[in-house]
Amino acid sequence: MNLATTRSTTRLTGPARRTRLMAATTAIAAIAALAAGCSSGDGSDDAASDGGATTTSSTPADLTLVDPWVKAADSGMTAAFGTLVNEGDTDVTVLAATSDVTPAMELHETVATDDGAMAMQPKTGGFVIPAGESHVLEPGGDHLMIMDLSRPVQPGEDVTITLELDDGSTMDVVSTAKEFSGADENYQAEPVD
Amino acid sequence: MTEPLRYDRRGILRTGAVALGGAGLGWTGSAAALAATDHGSGRSPSGAVGTEAVTGAETVAFHGTRQAGVATAPQAHLSLVGLDLRPGVTRSDLDRMMRLLSDDAARLGEGRAALADTEPELATVPARLTVTFGFGPRVVSDLVPGRHGVTLDPLPPFSTDRLQEAWGQTDIVLQLCGDDQVTVAHARRMLVKDARGFAEVRWVQDGFRRSRGSETAGTTMRNVMGQVDGTTNPAPEDPDFDALVWDDGTRGPAFAGGTFLVVRRIRARMDAWDRVGREGKELAVGRRLADGAPLTGSSEAEDPDFEATDDLGFPIIDTAAHIRRARTEDPGQRFLRRSYNYAVPDPSRPGGEDTGLVFLAYARDVAKQFVPVQRRLAELDRLNQWATTTGSAVYALPPGATGPGTTATTTPDYVGRTLLAPTPTRRQS
Repeated sequence: MNLATTRSTTRLTGPARRTRLMAATTAIAAIAALAAGCSSGDGSDDAASDGGATTTSSTPADLTLVDPWVKAADSGMTAAFGTLVNEGDTDVTVLAATSDVTPAMELHETVATDDGAMAMQPKTGGFVIPAGESHVLEPGGDHLMIMDLSRPVQPGEDVTITLELDDGSTMDVVSTAKEFSGADENYQAEPVD
Repeated sequence: MTEPLRYDRRGILRTGAVALGGAGLGWTGSAAALAATDHGSGRSPSGAVGTEAVTGAETVAFHGTRQAGVATAPQAHLSLVGLDLRPGVTRSDLDRMMRLLSDDAARLGEGRAALADTEPELATVPARLTVTFGFGPRVVSDLVPGRHGVTLDPLPPFSTDRLQEAWGQTDIVLQLCGDDQVTVAHARRMLVKDARGFAEVRWVQDGFRRSRGSETAGTTMRNVMGQVDGTTNPAPEDPDFDALVWDDGTRGPAFAGGTFLVVRRIRARMDAWDRVGREGKELAVGRRLADGAPLTGSSEAEDPDFEATDDLGFPIIDTAAHIRRARTEDPGQRFLRRSYNYAVPDPSRPGGEDTGLVFLAYARDVAKQFVPVQRRLAELDRLNQWATTTGSAVYALPPGATGPGTTATTTPDYVGRTLLAPTPTRRQS
């Protein structure tokens, strides 16, 4: 279960949906095994009631952020993570994110710098989640960057993050704040190619 | 309450996903495990390794009106963690902690990684993991609004106590039990990490029973002194079990389905016990070492005959024997025991270890059910010569988290919600 499970809305019914979900599930598991850092390779057959924490504002897209969480912090930068699962027939791009705990958020990727260190930078073009696939946001990888907390985010708190999608819709995600000692990669505003 | 195996499609899918991830628990093995409900009855004459049914996929439901880990058939391993709340921690802080820890317990119990789990692969073998939460007296008196009818007094002192603060009362207890020690260790680390902003660990009491599959399930445990320990334990299927263990709401609706836990760390003085002959050991308890039968009977299940005398007219079960002193005519002075052996290195002690029993008792009313029995034993019990209580604590175990969420609620339930809610009628949001 997820801390915000019942805030989700279930839009998927019927055998066809189920089949696609199983495919998505498999994809998550495979990614989890590869990335060894994903906290959501749970094989859920119903993302909306078993880890999905998505409410829809106006979205027609079949996108959920499964197992969303935010690194708790008193001030400054922090980040949000989870697994974006696209259960629909068309690709979905997450273009931007906002939250009432920060004046600014960015979509980030983590890259190796010239000197071999890992650094994060804005992801050009946003996160593209192909139809029927998923996209892991995790410490050390792609993530939703909270640039400057306007108030402390305490462990156990719920933080609402709004994702803006390429079809013009938005999607609210209720994320659980957790203490986490990783996810401290350097930030660099100038992208590395 | 039993622990249903999960045959549902989600479980099967999860197993498949795990197999795909190459985590070492293959589809075939897991499917066999799911079918292996009657474990422990087979014997392998060849002693070959690798032919046993794999049981690590078995789960115990976290959600329910009562917490798991009480009426659950005891798992092989215990890790009992006592934590003290940090100064200044408020009711709403504790409320947030319980949300986090309940979520961890629910996920890990299903064999899923916790949120932000840095070792998700260690979560893939649930092995009947249960996490049971308890609140100490200070939490009940200071952080439960109006106490919701719950009172939790420390145990009275007993003459046999040799209590050490290091094993004393804490604000919070996490009782982790599982059939696999790696699973238990991972779960403990995950929960302690999520608790660290709110509380710090005072003690960890690890314990063990026979390994899963070593003997027929349901066999009464043996303690480190070699005794069959727990013969007359109430069983969940007994008609009076619920009345002995679970609160029925008479204290108020917020505690219905809760219970109380007594923790006693009882050191066995094995160096002295070693000097006692078998006859003396059996006399001390009143049961035979070989099979746990009362000295007046021929099987463990048989009731002891406290009136029986030998040729000289002496009682066969000594007047100071443990089972005579523990026995009562009052059926209400009984409780559930779910103890674990412990053995930790201690070079300062004979044999280089401190060993004994992490005695765990569960009762609807500790003062009525447990205290009178313990008083009698402290007063007179031959076993007292070899047993020393070094730690003691009591906890209120709130009702279980009723579910991952229903249409009537806006957040998934968590253990402690009903007690930590600001008023008995309004939900904490």
